[in-house]
Amino acid sequence: MTNEEILGGIAEIVNEVAGVETSEITMDKSFVDDLDIDSLSMVEIAVQVEDRFGSKVPDDELANLKTVGDAVDYVAKHA
Amino acid sequence: MAGLLEGKRLLVTGVITDASIAFHVARTAQEQGAQVVLTGFGRMKLVERIAARLPEPAPVLELDVQNSEQLDSLAQRVGEHVDGLDGVLHSIAFAPESCLGGEFLNAPWEDVSTAIQVSAYSLKSLAMACRPLLHPGSSIVGMDFDNRQAWPAYDWMGVAKSTLESVCRYLARDLGPDGIRVNLVAAGPVRTMAARSIPGFAAFEDAWDGRAPLGWDIDDPTPVAHTCCAVLSDWLPATTGSMIWADGGFHAVGV
Repeated sequence: MTNEEILGGIAEIVNEVAGVETSEITMDKSFVDDLDIDSLSMVEIAVQVEDRFGSKVPDDELANLKTVGDAVDYVAKHA
Repeated sequence: MAGLLEGKRLLVTGVITDASIAFHVARTAQEQGAQVVLTGFGRMKLVERIAARLPEPAPVLELDVQNSEQLDSLAQRVGEHVDGLDGVLHSIAFAPESCLGGEFLNAPWEDVSTAIQVSAYSLKSLAMACRPLLHPGSSIVGMDFDNRQAWPAYDWMGVAKSTLESVCRYLARDLGPDGIRVNLVAAGPVRTMAARSIPGFAAFEDAWDGRAPLGWDIDDPTPVAHTCCAVLSDWLPATTGSMIWADGGFHAVGV
């Protein structure tokens, strides 16, 4: 899977969970500071990422995923 | 031997992630032969996704314990899935930010009242909402954090837990004549979404394992889930109004 494909999948998930336009969801964006996503929404995004990509995101790791790019890298390594 | 909860019909509240204590109670209960109906709050899609991770798919009903319409319709909605209830797990608590984290002296009453309504009064609300489905032998279990002493940071959530402990005793008094048991499981700290929202939770993490005679693993909700399932079973038939510790024995020893 390419990083673009992962980004596309994550963008769809973030759009569904938090209603953010997919065009806004780029690698450099911070979930909290730029996309205004709260902690429960992050959990929901993580659960959907797990279901879609099969990469388990432990709580400790979730806190380290600050940007969309961090999440894409994580999935690329763990899927 | 058949499972501990073979044929039991249970309502389990409080699942939000697969780290939730309630998730592990539901999982263990299903493994022990129970049929489980879940309730969820707020993030229904999330709860439904988590419900799909149980050994058996479980229906999820929406329940906000501050919403009287949802409480009033609960028995009817549960009744669409099961024809009665043998047990109910109450795993519901919330406190606004001002109520936790060391600002005990400054928390306003409106916030405190929310904490007490959602975390303590709701045991009574849930019991009454389920009452038409309960019968002699049914068991109601609530999740507690032993608040006989003051803790760092736990603040008004602690007061709400003390209230829950009292609500449990009065419910046991009033539902006992119907043969319905009401108990609390006082758990040691478990790393859940709820725990993550307690500032200062790390202090509990560090203290518990060292002091509990049996040791304690905050990443393992299974001992607490097993205890809840035991109390939901027929094997504590004379126990009501009680707090049952699943804390590795922490409460029993000093420093």
